[in-house]
Amino acid sequence: MSPVSRGFHGRRRETPGQSGRVPPGQYLTTDFPVLSAGPTPHTPLGEWTFSIRQGRDVTRSWSWAEIQALPAETITVDIHCVTRWSKLDTMWAGVSMDTLLGQVEHSAGYVLAFSDGGYTTNLPIADVSDGKAWLAFSYDGGPLPAEHGGPARLLVPHLYFWKSAKWVRGLELLDHDEPGFWETYGYNMYGDPWREQRYAGD
Amino acid sequence: MAGTAVRGRLTWQTATVSSLTRETPSVCTIALDVPHWGGHQAGQHLDVRLTADDGYQAEREYSIAAAPGEPVAITVERLDDGEVSPYLTDDLRTGDELEIRGPVGGYFVWEAGPHDRPLLLVAGGSGIVPLRAILRHRQRTGATVPTRLLYSARSLADVIYREELGQYHDGVQVSYTLTRSQPPGWTGHTGRVDAALLAEVAWPASQDPVAYVCGPTNFVEAAAAGLIGLSYPDQRVKTERFGGTGGP
Repeated sequence: MSPVSRGFHGRRRETPGQSGRVPPGQYLTTDFPVLSAGPTPHTPLGEWTFSIRQGRDVTRSWSWAEIQALPAETITVDIHCVTRWSKLDTMWAGVSMDTLLGQVEHSAGYVLAFSDGGYTTNLPIADVSDGKAWLAFSYDGGPLPAEHGGPARLLVPHLYFWKSAKWVRGLELLDHDEPGFWETYGYNMYGDPWREQRYAGD
Repeated sequence: MAGTAVRGRLTWQTATVSSLTRETPSVCTIALDVPHWGGHQAGQHLDVRLTADDGYQAEREYSIAAAPGEPVAITVERLDDGEVSPYLTDDLRTGDELEIRGPVGGYFVWEAGPHDRPLLLVAGGSGIVPLRAILRHRQRTGATVPTRLLYSARSLADVIYREELGQYHDGVQVSYTLTRSQPPGWTGHTGRVDAALLAEVAWPASQDPVAYVCGPTNFVEAAAAGLIGLSYPDQRVKTERFGGTGGP
């Protein structure tokens, strides 16, 4: 039982339409805060590729132009950062991971997303399939800004936002679950905001 | 990268406020008595949870201001439109209870080692907090690694830990830049941290330094980009961004 914080009333910001949309322990923001462990990388689009790898082999790779030529979807979703902010109705455009994974023969159970700057994060294949994940290159009607992960980031809105790897350059297909960057430092392997899976053991 | 993972389950526990120190008009250091603290590293943070009398709860995370081995403390800046920080800086009293869990985070940490690289600490506003823990840790362990702190604040009155930072010598150089107002006769730097100021203050990349940059997003973006421009390798620039662009 939590002790009552004497004199604390809090700010209940639930307004009609938001009920049930803010996971436990989160608060709403209208900003778009930035959190990254290192400098913001800047890869020229002419050198940019998105790859799907199995072990060391690149199974399939797309250039920026090839990604842009694929059917894009617009996505309006709520996002939830482990540092406790949630933002409702964010608007993105990108290519469904189903489109990309559908061009590769595999039987993987997990993926490790990898990014410029060395960032990685792990996800079950089921969580990047069936319309649950995108390679997003547009935010709020414009190009995705570099500090928010541009030119392209993973968008997996049903998990805490560290799983939506910024500056993503590909997926490594794995038959086992392997911790990525933050997961190695004690963050949860799965990261479901509705079960408040922030840290290992949550 | 060093394995500094948080292992096992982090559980909430009740800590007692043992002292409150007003650092600036809007910043307060809260020292805590924590019955079961497993220790922490310099640079880590912890979660705080407040509970209203009807059960409503709010959680936030704060950098730990204390060095490893010291009693746990956080330093909190009041954000005027915030939900939690005004309570912590203005309403909290000695003897009050707070729920906390931690420590959290394992990348933005510094440990004294046998092959220390020159240390560059770059702070914007309350971004000084985890860097202060690093400085205290350096001092307490008797480390001699050459260290430079560049601290950007709006005005001299906004400098947190000013007296403490003034006591460093022996291998620690502290530089300030004041961005909004400077006292008469100010001989320190002025204006925002940019490439030119970093070129003047930062260790040359040839000395193989490691940099820790902490502050608001725009500050960190500018400082980190400036260091990359000075040929610091990406992995030698560790950053911690305070999400707040005015948010709670």
